[in-house]
Amino acid sequence: MTKREQRRLEKRQQIIEEKGIICLDNVTAQYPGTDTTALDQVSLRINKGEFVFIVGNSGSGKSTLIKLLLKEITPVEGDIYVGGYELNRLSHRKISFFRRTIGVVFQEFRLLKERTVYDNVAFAQRIIETPVYEIKRNVPEILAMVGLPGKYKASAKDLAGGEQQRVAIARALVNKPSILLADEPTGNLDPQNTREIMKLLEEINELGTTVVVVTHNNQIVDEMRKRVIQLNFGSISSDEEGGYYTYED
Amino acid sequence: MKIRTLSYLIKQGFANIFRNRWYSLASVATISACLFLFGLFYAVVANFQSIVMKAEEGVSVTVFFHNEYDKCEEHTEEQLTTQDQAKELQSRIEARNEVSEVNFITEDEAWEVFAKEYYGENYADGFLDNPLVGEYSYEIFLSDVDAQSALVDWLYSIPQVRKVNYSELTATTLSGANLLIAYVSMGIIAVLLAVSVFLIHSTIAMGISARSVEIMLMKYLGATDFFARFPFVVEGVVIGLIGTIIPLVGIYSLYNYALSYVVERFTMLSNFLNFLTVEEVFHFLVPVSFLVGMGIGFLGSISSARKHLRV
Repeated sequence: MTKREQRRLEKRQQIIEEKGIICLDNVTAQYPGTDTTALDQVSLRINKGEFVFIVGNSGSGKSTLIKLLLKEITPVEGDIYVGGYELNRLSHRKISFFRRTIGVVFQEFRLLKERTVYDNVAFAQRIIETPVYEIKRNVPEILAMVGLPGKYKASAKDLAGGEQQRVAIARALVNKPSILLADEPTGNLDPQNTREIMKLLEEINELGTTVVVVTHNNQIVDEMRKRVIQLNFGSISSDEEGGYYTYED
Repeated sequence: MKIRTLSYLIKQGFANIFRNRWYSLASVATISACLFLFGLFYAVVANFQSIVMKAEEGVSVTVFFHNEYDKCEEHTEEQLTTQDQAKELQSRIEARNEVSEVNFITEDEAWEVFAKEYYGENYADGFLDNPLVGEYSYEIFLSDVDAQSALVDWLYSIPQVRKVNYSELTATTLSGANLLIAYVSMGIIAVLLAVSVFLIHSTIAMGISARSVEIMLMKYLGATDFFARFPFVVEGVVIGLIGTIIPLVGIYSLYNYALSYVVERFTMLSNFLNFLTVEEVFHFLVPVSFLVGMGIGFLGSISSARKHLRV
């Protein structure tokens, strides 16, 4: 690591200590291409190693929040810090390096269906130019961790829903991100698989990764008793440690 | 960018072609069809143009001079020219831009040609002297038939020149035909190229749209723009390359076959119509086809991938 890279890393660590691993400071954002407000003066702080649920009805601003955290869109007002990066000052060239610090899991899995489980997970490593010998070591390790040790040769399209989501989680984790962002990760799963996936996410969190789960599923939120941030019409209506899913009118 | 990454991206480009074999096939077929039509049309037009140009090269102007033997026309002492004096004008005529070749025909050569044509082999029997004495002339061939009237005017401005034989109609017809072919072919080639660009771009864009998830994933996983775009560029260029080679091979075989067929079956036609060789046609067709095929493959991939990279 060069001295410059070392300084940048130290600066990011300093930001994480001061502001948390995710920080929104009076953020106002609009729906892309419109002037309708999606998030209005939202402030929140998530510390390193936390497990947080973000809940809310449709149109409450959950998707906008995810887009902001991934720097897909920029806020109209306010500052955002994610993983020590100050997103408002991040150049287009550096966005790709910033995104390597976040693992993303989607509701619809978004696997490369024609490729094997191994290729799907290795794909994430190749993007960050990991040497092949490391990929060969890391991929089986992470597949074992998500409970798919013998499935690396299987085609992604042949897997069951729960297994596909495990592959997606393995892909999100293989690059060792500091944050795992899961957008409705159980939306397409049955109750049994839902519980298993949430248990896996909890285990990942216990290993030190900050986990942010955006969900509609009140049952898992109520069962797991983690921190719950509830959004309502673009504002935070409640933020409670060990909270429940509260239905808003 | 590490070498192993570059090699991985190139491999991915090739792998994408096979993974999306139907889109690849559609893209290759579209490029091939467009370039085949373009090549075929170009071959026909280039031959037409060559035939007209050959005909233009045969257009000549003949110049006669005032001489002491000519009793029909009035002339001053200054205008009278001997054969040797007339010969001295050759360098001045050759210096003109529109002139490609100048032949001086002596009075004896003129009589030999004329007599053979009109009286047969034993023409000399009835004539003790050359009846065309003083009829030495220049036969001037033009490099640009459009400039014929300018040359004729200039020739008439030379005091020693008595008469200039030329055909205004031939020059105008050939020049008009040449211009018409040029305009029509330029128009049709432009339309063909525009249609090709549109079709090829759309097919490649469709293939890339089908993989928007893959591109989006790359961006979410932290791929640089170059990393996300490069396999698509490789794919586009390779598809363009294959799509260019197929019609070129087809046109090469077809043209050679058609040429030998015409030469064998229509010997009379090929005697006065000079068809271009396949090498002459391909001298222009190959670079343009590769430029269009691979260029559109390259640009089409870049622009289509860019749309999906905006995440």
